[in-house]
Amino acid sequence: MSYLQIRNVWKTYEDNVILEKLNFTIEKGEFCTLIGPSGCGKSTFLRMLLGQENPSRGTILLEGEPLSNEPGSDRGVVFQKYTLFPHLRALENVMLGLEMEHSVFLGKAFGSSRRRIKEEAMEMIKAVGLEQSAHKYPSELSGGMQQRLSIAQALVKKPKILLLDEPFGALDPGSRSDMQELVHGLWQTYGLTAFMVTHDVKEAFELGTRLLVFDKVRNDPHSPNAYGATVVNDIKLDKNKRKNKGEEHVDHDETIIA
Amino acid sequence: MRLINLNAGRFSPLLKIVPFVILGLVYWIAADARHALNPEDKLLPTFEAIGEAVKTMVMEPDELTEEPILYTDTVASLTRIAQGLGIATVVGLILGIVQGTLPLFRSLLSPFSAAVSLIPPIAILPILLIIFGLEESAKVALIAIGVAPFLIRDTQQHSMELSEELLIKVQTLGASTWQIILRVVLPHVMPRLLDALRLSLGAAWLFLITAEAIASSEGLGYRIFLMRRYMEMDVILPYVAWITLLAFLMDWILAMIIRRAFPWYRKEK
Repeated sequence: MSYLQIRNVWKTYEDNVILEKLNFTIEKGEFCTLIGPSGCGKSTFLRMLLGQENPSRGTILLEGEPLSNEPGSDRGVVFQKYTLFPHLRALENVMLGLEMEHSVFLGKAFGSSRRRIKEEAMEMIKAVGLEQSAHKYPSELSGGMQQRLSIAQALVKKPKILLLDEPFGALDPGSRSDMQELVHGLWQTYGLTAFMVTHDVKEAFELGTRLLVFDKVRNDPHSPNAYGATVVNDIKLDKNKRKNKGEEHVDHDETIIA
Repeated sequence: MRLINLNAGRFSPLLKIVPFVILGLVYWIAADARHALNPEDKLLPTFEAIGEAVKTMVMEPDELTEEPILYTDTVASLTRIAQGLGIATVVGLILGIVQGTLPLFRSLLSPFSAAVSLIPPIAILPILLIIFGLEESAKVALIAIGVAPFLIRDTQQHSMELSEELLIKVQTLGASTWQIILRVVLPHVMPRLLDALRLSLGAAWLFLITAEAIASSEGLGYRIFLMRRYMEMDVILPYVAWITLLAFLMDWILAMIIRRAFPWYRKEK
């Protein structure tokens, strides 16, 4: 049985069909990149995986179980907008998820369990290369560093799937490629199953093992909202190309899209 | 150079005291001029006369309480304002967070507290006096009722400012509603609530002095209204200055607490 099954999923708002007839399965450890024109529903799809929105029709099964209809700790997320807790230092931001699991009432750990949680969080901080800034507040970190912290925060909970909604969209090109390296490394180290929405086609090919292209198949010019988008292209990418990522794919990749 | 680019620089501390000095000078000249015409003038007492009155207020025990009157009045007033603001803060914090964070309770309570906040607090002072009599509770209640609606609405607003992404994120970290309130909403709201409290100080003093003027037997507001009957400006003026100083100190202490307890708060902006 597949890890994640998308079964005939539709998303409609009143008469507007956003997504229609989504049918595919994802295996554990796949890195899916989602591309498509603006407004084609790829972020909506991500939000449905997250539980922020629910399918209007159809079901999504994770390990054979239907997804819960609100966000939960089995699905981690990194948004484009930095979602850090401004009152907590970097390390505490990562500890938070573990602390809340440890202490139901206070959401805060003390004594030896706090030390244990601190160590675990520190390891995660190191994995994203923030050990020098562990004691800084988010407002003192650069955009790239904040996004690293956001990833550490999500990964420390060991989510079954990691959802990335244009995570590098707000970064400058330099930190962008650093972050791509980092995410790629983390995916390999932790064997993540990930979904990433991006506008950058090159990035989608370089990072993904599976590329899902969203677009509308049918279009009625008199009623533009009558048909929704669906996956028009499902491309399996070479999983072993990873080491020397990049250029050799790009040229013919563009032709596939076109 | 344009005026908007001109800074006081190292003269800044000097500039700050200029208006105060001018006010003092103007008063001195005016008092002097009136006393030249009429040595018995009570409207603008000289600094010497004020000094004498202050000495009596601070040093000489009152016949009834055996404490200096300034001391009795200050303790009475500060106790009332502290209790009133304390109640308002707790109510503002709890209802503000509940209305701001839980949509179900927002639907239930938000229009109600918006309506209540429009009642002019002084208009219900008679009701409070009827219910609580002339005891302390009527004065404390007026301050609490006067300030709480603003704190509730302000805290609700700030709770609702938390971005949807942030609330989703914390849910993906496994947080329950209670944990979200405790670890995300509360720290976000606390320094802002203290800021709102600072803004409420003016209103709180207004309610306090009004209540004391109408129904009281001691307190700063009671005293200045009592002294008005005898036109004792040499007591009223230092009392007003003292009230202003107390209000300033309360504001300063709150600002200090915010700085010390929430070091991340100013950086965030």
